[in-house]
Amino acid sequence: MYLGKVIGNVVCTMKNPVLEGKKILVVQPLDRAGKPKGKPVIGLDSVGAGAGETIYWCRGREASFVWYPTEVPTDCTIVAIVDRVNVKEKGTTDSHR
Amino acid sequence: MLIGRVIGEVWATQKQASHEARKCLYVQPLNLDGSERGEPILALDAVDAGVGDRVLVATEGFSAMTAVGRPNSPIDMAVVGVVDEVEVVE
Repeated sequence: MYLGKVIGNVVCTMKNPVLEGKKILVVQPLDRAGKPKGKPVIGLDSVGAGAGETIYWCRGREASFVWYPTEVPTDCTIVAIVDRVNVKEKGTTDSHR
Repeated sequence: MLIGRVIGEVWATQKQASHEARKCLYVQPLNLDGSERGEPILALDAVDAGVGDRVLVATEGFSAMTAVGRPNSPIDMAVVGVVDEVEVVE
């Protein structure tokens, strides 16, 4: 999964019928410091995410398993709204090994 | 699969049911020399790895799902091992 932030949405009236009723959102990937990095991707929403919210999404064939067994043509689905990202700057546990 | 360093965790209460009861680890993939390789990724924990551990990450959905034991769920990465040592013979 990848961390990102919802920055917009996409409206398509002419689309695959299975996509009806599903929000299509524009997601900007975030880097470790929470800053936008990389190219935005378009994904289906499955948790009610809105613009400005930090989320993470699932990619590939598994993205359609949210609606299993319905076959949904998506390779990017937002699967969670993130409350908090705890990043520990440095430090490893190699010394314990 | 990738070798990575767990640099943190991500908390999300509003999420897909199949992600519940599993730590969502924030992992920085590493090159063999330990340098950072690309952007950090999120992987569900299947081996009780903690922050700071060097781990093995399966980055493909089917293996991730079977690692956490939840087939047909939207999971595409999972931590499948904690790395003790990497030996490279040039």
